[in-house]
Amino acid sequence: MEGTKLYLQQLAVICRKEILAIWQDKATRLIIVIPCIILGFLFGYAANYNLEDAPYAVVDLSHSRESTDLIAAIDGTRFFRRKVTLQNASQIGKYIDNGDVIMAVTIPEDFAKRLAKGETAPVQVITDGRNTVIAGQAANDISQIISQYNRKRTGRKSPITLETRTWFNPNQITRWFFLPGIIGLLSFSQVFLLSGLSVAREREEGTFEQILVAPVSEKIILVGKAVPPMIVGMIQCTILLLISLFWFQVPFAGSYLDFYTAIFFYVLSSTGFGLCVSSISKNMQQVLVYVIVIMVPMALLSGIITPVSNMPVFLQVLTYADPLRFGLELIRRIYLEGLPLSSLAWNLVPLTLIAAVALSVAGYLFRHNLN
Amino acid sequence: MDEIMIRAKQLNKTFTIKKGKQVTALKALDLTVKKGVLTAIIGPDGAGKTTFMRLVAGLMKPTGGKLTVLGLDSVSGAEEIQTRISYMPQKFGLYEDLTVMENMNLYADLHGVPQDSRPSRFRKLLTMMGLERFTGRLAGKLSGGMKQKLGLACTLVRSPELLLLDEPTVGVDPLSRKELWEIVQQFVREENLSVLVSTAYMNEAALCSHVYVLNKGELLADGTPDALCQIAAGRCFSFPPPQGEPTRVLQAHLIDDTEHIVDAVPRGGKVHFILQEHVTNVPYLDAHGIKAEPVAPTLEDGFMVLLHKAETESLPVSREEEEILDKGGRPGKEVNIIVKNLVRKFGDFTAVANTSFEVHRGEIFGLLGPNGAGKTTTFKMLCGLLPATSGVLSVAGVNLRTARTQARANVGYVAQKFSLYSNMSVMANLEFFGGIYGLPPKRLKERIQDVVSKFYLSDRLDMKAGSLPGGYKQRLSMACALLHEPKILFLDEPTSGIDPLTRRNFWRRITTLAAMGTTIIITTHFMEEAEYCDRFMIQDNGHLLAIGSPAEIRERLHMEGADMDNIFMTIVEQAREKGEEPK
Amino acid sequence: MNGFIRRMKALITKEFLQLSRDSSSLLLGMVLPIALILIIGYGISLDIKNIPTVVVLEDTSPKAQDVVSFLNGSAYFSPTYMTSLKDAEKVFLNRDASVIIDIPSDFTSKLSQGEAKIFVALDGVETATAMTTKGYIESSISSWLLRQPGMAGKSRIAIHSRMWYNDANSSTWFFLPGLIMLIVTIVGIMLTAIVMAREWERGTFESLFVTPVRPMELVLAKIVPYFCVAMVGVFICLILSRFLFEVPLVGSLAMVIIISMLYLMVALGIGLVISAITKNQFLACQTSILISFLPCFVLSGFIFDLRSTPIGVQIVGAVLPFSHYLTCIRSLFLSGTNWGILLKQGGLLCLYAIFFVGAAFGMTRKKVE
Repeated sequence: MEGTKLYLQQLAVICRKEILAIWQDKATRLIIVIPCIILGFLFGYAANYNLEDAPYAVVDLSHSRESTDLIAAIDGTRFFRRKVTLQNASQIGKYIDNGDVIMAVTIPEDFAKRLAKGETAPVQVITDGRNTVIAGQAANDISQIISQYNRKRTGRKSPITLETRTWFNPNQITRWFFLPGIIGLLSFSQVFLLSGLSVAREREEGTFEQILVAPVSEKIILVGKAVPPMIVGMIQCTILLLISLFWFQVPFAGSYLDFYTAIFFYVLSSTGFGLCVSSISKNMQQVLVYVIVIMVPMALLSGIITPVSNMPVFLQVLTYADPLRFGLELIRRIYLEGLPLSSLAWNLVPLTLIAAVALSVAGYLFRHNLN
Repeated sequence: MDEIMIRAKQLNKTFTIKKGKQVTALKALDLTVKKGVLTAIIGPDGAGKTTFMRLVAGLMKPTGGKLTVLGLDSVSGAEEIQTRISYMPQKFGLYEDLTVMENMNLYADLHGVPQDSRPSRFRKLLTMMGLERFTGRLAGKLSGGMKQKLGLACTLVRSPELLLLDEPTVGVDPLSRKELWEIVQQFVREENLSVLVSTAYMNEAALCSHVYVLNKGELLADGTPDALCQIAAGRCFSFPPPQGEPTRVLQAHLIDDTEHIVDAVPRGGKVHFILQEHVTNVPYLDAHGIKAEPVAPTLEDGFMVLLHKAETESLPVSREEEEILDKGGRPGKEVNIIVKNLVRKFGDFTAVANTSFEVHRGEIFGLLGPNGAGKTTTFKMLCGLLPATSGVLSVAGVNLRTARTQARANVGYVAQKFSLYSNMSVMANLEFFGGIYGLPPKRLKERIQDVVSKFYLSDRLDMKAGSLPGGYKQRLSMACALLHEPKILFLDEPTSGIDPLTRRNFWRRITTLAAMGTTIIITTHFMEEAEYCDRFMIQDNGHLLAIGSPAEIRERLHMEGADMDNIFMTIVEQAREKGEEPK
Repeated sequence: MNGFIRRMKALITKEFLQLSRDSSSLLLGMVLPIALILIIGYGISLDIKNIPTVVVLEDTSPKAQDVVSFLNGSAYFSPTYMTSLKDAEKVFLNRDASVIIDIPSDFTSKLSQGEAKIFVALDGVETATAMTTKGYIESSISSWLLRQPGMAGKSRIAIHSRMWYNDANSSTWFFLPGLIMLIVTIVGIMLTAIVMAREWERGTFESLFVTPVRPMELVLAKIVPYFCVAMVGVFICLILSRFLFEVPLVGSLAMVIIISMLYLMVALGIGLVISAITKNQFLACQTSILISFLPCFVLSGFIFDLRSTPIGVQIVGAVLPFSHYLTCIRSLFLSGTNWGILLKQGGLLCLYAIFFVGAAFGMTRKKVE
C-alpha cells in the first residue's frame, strides 16, 4: 500500500516536471498550440481534391449561340472559373504549361453545324497531367456538366440513370476524408518529436543521471515521460477536432468516448515510438534524424493519401508497424462512419503491441545506454 | 616604456534581463595589462571576470567607458582585435567529434599558421600538454583535464599578441595544472607573450606579475601578488590540531567565530586562520589551551581579507550547526561502503583496476587523482550509474545497480556538471527532487524550508535555475541532493571553478553533515581540500596508489607540513616512474 | 583572399569530418531518398487498380450482364457477382468491397422505356477513390449506351478528353518531382538548422569567434557541406526515377540541377535563419518541422493542388517558397523547359535565396550577448 502511494507520488512529480518544462518555456508553449491551430486551418483548406473555382481556358472557334450556351453552362458551375478566352488552339500550350489553367476546352468550328445536323459534336478537353488527381477530377466534372447540358438541350433523358450514393460522405467532399487524417498526422508528428526529444535532451543536459540515482524505478520514469506528450497529443487532437467540427463542419458520426479511447491508444503507441528513438539516440540531432527517417515513410504508408489496400503486399506488411496507419483507420471510421469501437477493436491490437514493445525497449535502454 | 596591451577606463557593463530589470556586471572599472607579463583577475562568482574577458575579445559591447585593446577600440576594432589575440573561453568549444589533431589543425588553419612551421609547433604543444599519444583520439573521449589542455593547445597554435584565458584550469588536476602554467609561463618568457588570465586558484594568481581583485563588478584592489599578501600581514596564524581531533572540526569552530576571525582553513596538516583587525586572541583557542604560531600570509589570505572588507555575504552558521559540531565530528565504526577488487573495463582499456577500500559511517572520504585516473568511473559505479566488470560493491549494504529502487533512497548525488533543470525555478527543482525521492508532501515542505534556509536560497526561489550565479547553482545542487537526508552523499567535483569564499561555506556545511553521521564521498581537484577529509585515496591510470588519512600519508612520505599539492604530485610521479612498464 | 580560402577550407573540412563521424546525417542524405523513392514508386499510387467491386445482378438478363461487362478484364475493377443487395451491403460494410453496383430487377424492362436505373454505392471515407471510381463507371456506361443500336449520332455533345504531360496517367510521375523537393527541404532546412543550433548551444562558436574568421565564413562553411549532402540526395532521386520508374525528363537536365541548387540555397538560408533565431536545438527542431516540413507536404502542391483553394490559402502557399520550386521541377520533368515558368519562379526563388542567405549572414554576428 505504501509502495503504491509512493509510486503514484513519484509519477505525479515527474509528470508535473515534464509539463512544467513544456509549459514554462514561452517558446515551447507557443510552438505546441499556435502552429497546430494555424496548420489545422491551412491544411483543412488545402487538403482537398474537389475543384472549386479551378481556372480553365476556352477556345471558341464556333462563335455560335450553341457554343456560348455551353461556355455559360460551364461557367455557371462552382467547379470552374474561366480565366482566359483564347483565339486559337495554339495558345493553349502556353497557359497549361505555365500552370495558369488546369484545363482547356476547345469548341471546334463546325460545332453548331454538327449539332444542327443532329450529329455528335465533339468538344476537346485538355487537362494538365502534372497533377493527375486534379486532372482526373476536372475530366470527371466537365463530363458531368456536359451530359447535364445535353439532357437540358435535347430535353431527353439518358435511357440509363446512374443513382450514386456515397456512403458516409454524401457530397463527396474530399476534405472529409483528409481532415481526420490531419488530426492524426499533426498530433503524431508533435507527439513523436516531443517524446523523442525528451530523454535525449535530459541526457545532453546531464539531468537524466540525476533521476537515475534517485529511488525511482524505470517504469515510473517511463510512464512519467510518456504521460505529458500524450496529454499534449490529446490536446492537439481536441483542437483539431474542434476546428474540423465547427469550422469545416464535418459531422461527427461516432461516439466521443470511442474516439478518445482510440486516440489514447494511438497517442500511446506514438509516444512509445518516440521514447524508443529517444533512448537510442546520443543527442538531439540524432533524434531529429531518426524522427524524420521514420516519420516520413510512416506518413506516406499510413493511408493518409492513398489507401493501404492499394499498396503492394510487402509494403502493406510494413504498415503493421505504423501506428499512424491504425490511428488513421480508427479516427476515420469512428469520425465519419460512426462505427462503434467494438467493431474496430482489431486496430487496437497492433497499436497496443507497438506501444508495449517500444516502451519496454525504451525502459530497458534508460539504464543500459549510458555510455 | 612598458607597452600597454589592454586599457580599460571607467568601463561599465549592464545587462538587461526581462522587464527592464538591469544587472550591473562591471562598474567603473579601470584596468591595464602590460606587454610581456602575466596579469590575473581574481574574484568570487559574479565578479564580472568573464564579462570583462568577453568585452576585451570584442564579443560584447561595453555600456559605458572606454576599452582599448592593442591600441584599438574594442567595438570598432573588434574584427582586427579578434584576428590578433587568442582567447580561451571558460568552456572551450572543442568539437567533440573531431580528433585532437583535427581540432588543432582547424585552429591552425583559421589563424593562418603556415604548414611548414606546424610540425614543430604542434610537437612542442602536444608534448607539453602530454597529448602526444592521443592525437588520433576524439576530443569527446578525452578526460576533462585533457580537454582543457587541448583547448589551450588550440589557443596557442600560433603566438598571439595577447592571450586571454578565462579560468583555464577549472576541473584540471594539480599535475596538469602545474604543467599548464609552466607552458603559459614558458610562452611568456620565450615569445614575450602578454596574458590576461582569470582564475579561482589563488596559487595560480600568485604566479602572475599583477593581480586585479574584482568583486561584484568593482575593483577591490590591485597590485603584485606580494603586495596583496601583505594586506593580511601580521594577522595569520596556525596550529596543529590536538591528537585525534579532526582538523576540520577545529577549523569549523574557528570560522564560526566571525567576531574574532576572518578566515580559517586546514592547511599542511594544521589549522590556518586570519584574525580580525585589532583582535589579539581567540576565545576558543584560549579555552582549549591551544597556542597558535604566526605565519607568513599568502595571496589567498590577502584575498579573504579584501572580500571580508567588502562585506561579501559570508553565509552565517546557525547555532544549531555549531552545537552539532560539539557533539560529533568523528566517524563511526560502522562500515557503510565496501569495495573489493573492483574492476571496470571499456573494451581493452582498463579504467579501474582491482581497487578495494572501505568507508565508515560519518566519514569524509576523498577520491583524488589526475584527470583520467578512473575517479569518475569509480564514482559512477558506486552510484549505480555504471555496471562493474567484476568485484564486490556494496553501498549501505546493497549494490545500487542491482538493488531494488528503494535502496537508492539512502544516497544523494551531486554531479560534476550542473545538472538541474535550467528552465525551471529553484522552487520547482526542489519540489521535483524531493518528490522523486518520495518525501510525503508535509515532510517535503519542511525539508524544503530547511534546506532553503541552510543553503541561503530564499531570495532566489522564483529564479530559473539556469540563470543563477555559479555559487547559487552549487548550493542548489547540494540542497536538492540533501532534501531526503541521505545516509551517503556522493559529490563529484562540487567545488570546481568556485572561489575560496564559497568553498569555505561549502565545506562548513559538509563538516556539519559529517558530524550528523552522513557519509560523504567526494572528488576534488583542490588538493588542499583533501585536508578536510578523514581519509582519501589517490588513483592514477585506474590503480590505487595511496589510501589513508592526511597525517598518515604525510608520515609515510616523510613530508610533514607539506601542502597537499606537493604530496599528490610526489605520489603520482613516483608511481608513474615505477610503473612505466605495464603490470 | 588567401586567408579567406584557407579558412574556408579548414571550416569545410571540419564540417565534412563531423558529417563522416555521425552517420545519421548520411542517413538523411542517402538512405532516406532511396527509401522514399521506393515507397512512393511502388506504394503510393493514386491510380486506382483492382477496386473490389460487388455487382448485384437482380436482373440476370443478357442486357443487364452486358451493361456491366466493362468490369470484366478491366484493370480498375475486380468484380464479384451476387444476387442479393443485403449480402452485398454486408460485404461492403466489412470493407471487403468499396463499390456496389446494383442492377435492379426491372432493369431490362425499364431500359426499353428509356427509364432504367443503376444504383451505385461508394465508400465516402476514401473520398478520392470514390470520386475516381464514379467517373470510371459513368463513362463506361455512357460509352456502352453509345454502342447500343439507335443510340449513336443523336445531336449531342461528346467529349474528347486528353491529358497532357502524363501519357501514362501515372501518379508516380506526379509524385517523384515532389519527392526531390521533400529531400532538399529536409536536408536544407531541418538538418542545417539543428547542426547550426548545436554550435550555438554548445558554445563552440565562442572560441571560433576570436580567430580571424569572419561570420560570413562560418555561415558559408555550413552551407557548402549540406549543399553537397542535399545534392547527393537529388542525384539519387534523379537516377532512380529515371532508371527504376522511367519517369521521363522532358525538360533540360541542366535546368533541373540549376533550379534545384537555387531552391537548395533558399532552404539552407531558412535553416540558418531558424538556428540564428532559436540558438537552441530543441526549438530549432520544432520550428523547422512546423514551418517547413509539414507545409512542404501540404501547402506546396506536392499532393494537393492549391489552385482550387480559397485565396487566403493560395496566398500562404505563394508566400512559402515550396510551391515555386515544385512548379518548376514538375514542369521540367513532365512538360519540358518552359522559360516563362523558369524565369518567373526561378527569379522568385532567387529573391528568396538572397533574402534568407542574406538574413543568415546578417544574423550571425560575432557576439555572445
